[in-house]
Amino acid sequence: MRIPSGALDRRRFLQSLAILGGGAALADLLPAWARTAQAGERSPAALSGEDIRLTIGHTSITVDGRASHAVTINGTVPGPLIRLKEGQTVRLHVSNGLEEETSIHWHGLLVPFEMDGVPGVSFPGIKPGETFVYEFKVKQSGSFWYHSHSGLQEQVGHYGPMIIDPAGEDPAAFDREHVVVLSDHTRVHPHQIFRRLKQQSGAFNFQRQTIAGLLKGRDQTLAERLEWGRMLMDPTDISDVTGAAYTFLINGRGPKDNWTGLFAPGERVRLRFINAAAQSVFNVRIPGLKLTVVAADGQHVRPVEVDEFQIGNAETYDVIVRPVEDKAFTIVSESVDRSGLGRATLAPRLGMTAEVPPVRARPLANMRDMGMDMGGMDHGDMDMSMRNPDTAPQVPLGPGVQMLSPMAVDRTGEPGQGLANAGHRVLVYRDLVALEPNPDQRAPERSIEIHLTGNMERFMWGFDGRKFSDRPPPYAFRHGERVRVVLVNDTMMAHPIHLHGHYFELAFGPAGHMPRKHTVIVLPGGRVAFDFTAETGDWAFHCHMLYHMHAGMFQVFSVRDGQGEGAR
Amino acid sequence: MKAPLIALLPLLWAGPALAQHDHHAPAPADPHAGHDMGAMAPEPSSEPPPLPDRETAAPSAPTDHLADRIFDPAAMEQARAVLRQEHGGAQASQVMLNLFEYRAGSGADGYHWAGEAWFGGDIDRLVIKSEGEGDRHGVESGEVQALYSRAMGLYTDLQVGVRQDLEPRSRTYATVGFETLLPYWIEAEGAVFVSSKGDVLARAEGAIDWRLTQRLILQPRAELNFAAQDVAETGTGSGLSDAELGLRLRYEVRREFAPYVGVAWGRRFGRTADYARAAGEEVSDTSVVLGLRAWF
Repeated sequence: MRIPSGALDRRRFLQSLAILGGGAALADLLPAWARTAQAGERSPAALSGEDIRLTIGHTSITVDGRASHAVTINGTVPGPLIRLKEGQTVRLHVSNGLEEETSIHWHGLLVPFEMDGVPGVSFPGIKPGETFVYEFKVKQSGSFWYHSHSGLQEQVGHYGPMIIDPAGEDPAAFDREHVVVLSDHTRVHPHQIFRRLKQQSGAFNFQRQTIAGLLKGRDQTLAERLEWGRMLMDPTDISDVTGAAYTFLINGRGPKDNWTGLFAPGERVRLRFINAAAQSVFNVRIPGLKLTVVAADGQHVRPVEVDEFQIGNAETYDVIVRPVEDKAFTIVSESVDRSGLGRATLAPRLGMTAEVPPVRARPLANMRDMGMDMGGMDHGDMDMSMRNPDTAPQVPLGPGVQMLSPMAVDRTGEPGQGLANAGHRVLVYRDLVALEPNPDQRAPERSIEIHLTGNMERFMWGFDGRKFSDRPPPYAFRHGERVRVVLVNDTMMAHPIHLHGHYFELAFGPAGHMPRKHTVIVLPGGRVAFDFTAETGDWAFHCHMLYHMHAGMFQVFSVRDGQGEGAR
Repeated sequence: MKAPLIALLPLLWAGPALAQHDHHAPAPADPHAGHDMGAMAPEPSSEPPPLPDRETAAPSAPTDHLADRIFDPAAMEQARAVLRQEHGGAQASQVMLNLFEYRAGSGADGYHWAGEAWFGGDIDRLVIKSEGEGDRHGVESGEVQALYSRAMGLYTDLQVGVRQDLEPRSRTYATVGFETLLPYWIEAEGAVFVSSKGDVLARAEGAIDWRLTQRLILQPRAELNFAAQDVAETGTGSGLSDAELGLRLRYEVRREFAPYVGVAWGRRFGRTADYARAAGEEVSDTSVVLGLRAWF
């Protein structure tokens, strides 16, 4: 990603503006919806209508008082809030002001495949200076987002929120709403981050086990360390890119900037959480408030009250809070590896703050994360079973497949990594029950198993042992067929897996009310089964960890009409 | 150019759109649809719909691309090439100065370096290695290797290529070797060298990082050199010709920039020691080292 000299000039200009104009200039660098709302505003400002114009460009942004370069949509990070109505038709005119190709993918939207925005799968991409018009009918409602699917642009600011209001009444009533976009920001160029990960996959991890820690009795015992060391597994490898490189943002603001959303005591406030981070899973909580989850990935769920939830990259959760006291509350988005946190405030008036809780102790991966929670079993033949080809005969065991989880288990009833002992109620996937009946309640006709594979040491990632660059054949489906997909995580890291152009039903829950999602975290050593109804098109299917995807964890679901062999 | 394509959209719609289910159809009376804000215990999960006893066969993977029917196939082909490149095809590189140090000890004071650079993808790489030592009078011994490296195992790269000695004698070798990561995070490498004169040499190296704190790292390190025959010109005797053990304590200011202090102990053995004695050189040597480990 080259920064043209013109952009640099503009950047300096904006920096000087920020210095001269202080707060006023700073506010201009935020999208209207993310500026601290006036007390009377019930909803953030948004772009609406049938024709919406978006321009991708270079801008300087300021986070916690430090300027950095960003790729922006209409000049801000995050991009403008797009607000549509279920049933309307929209034309999104996207102009590329960069010197490189760009694109926008409407994450979670059910659009014709050619409007899905993945260069090389759905369309050729948007060349510099070009405008592409995405046009589609809006067939759903809820909280969504949009982002670049070109290069590593998403890391540098190319993302924004989208709300689609339901055609009828919204079952989750609220008095006021705020969009809460979580992301990760770095002043390091994303290609440089990727290079670092290839050079030394633990380069950003400053929470490793140490001999000093061993002497103080922290972390694993010596015997455990030796056992893990023998297998070349690092239990502290939770996040690839950490707070050592990242500032965690909420609505484009750093913890010191402290984005503030207003409320009047007693109001039901709907918070639309969107994880737009490139490589960060967050634990979200608001100390002092119960969080009533009313929607996941834009789909209503039966309300479930929790104290905390983990949100994977690209997932969205709509939460209703009801602060009754006339005081401020801190929104905490803690990085899963506890290397830092994002912080924002909910307050009755501007300028109020609440205590920011300290980052909690970082979790350690365990044998369950290795897919070998064998209880009392003898560990003697463990090495044999860690890479047994019979576990997944379809996976070629090359240098990119460090292990095949011998006993991957369904972990959808467990909170995310590090939250098992949070001391309060944490959302688990099995808490989610679709509010509306599932549209397709047929049993699946067949099943496929897809292995999420990798070599953490070489920072190689793929599906079924192959990177996308290895030219694997696409996963093939017939239009309209109902298929159960079982994702098996053969790595020690969590992977938020996203299927474009579809909702899938997680294979649990009351009959006809299975939770519907577009992105699901597959925990380390875990398996997740979902059923979906294939829609004609070529659809991207990938890990939403940007650098895992860039390393090869990307594939295509090819869905064709008719019963013929691959014919349309 | 896009305009006519957009005009086609309503036609293209029919397929996917009709089939995509309207999931916002009004829900039948649902006892849980009330919006009571209180906690609600999740219902016990029922089993998911069962798979049939005989599952239908998967269709074979299509070889066409649907987007080619809507957009310029040549532009799509180009975009697919970029897509592959951007999803697993990226090339990377690293230049690593492992040892770059000044030695003060029982023998003559001097400097020592050992470094490696690689360029390429996950499997195939070009590797350049160099190591040597010298003092204020110049380079005493120095070599450069150019190798093709291929990932053969999870942690093992096989390397073949050439080694060129610059000092003390200009000599060219064919090289076969490996680098690997052994259990307990031991970094190991080994190589066999066959010179243009038929001499056969071998080398084995190993190191391990003991992380005292997040940034303070103690690294024991060993290097052993072997020869299959005496090479009088270079003062090398057959068998184990020399060994060097080191213990270095580095502080990672950043992961990629770490000054260190340490000790190095070197010893020549057998005929190599005899050659050294004959030349009036020390057979063993202990030094304090001060250096920098850096990479980018």
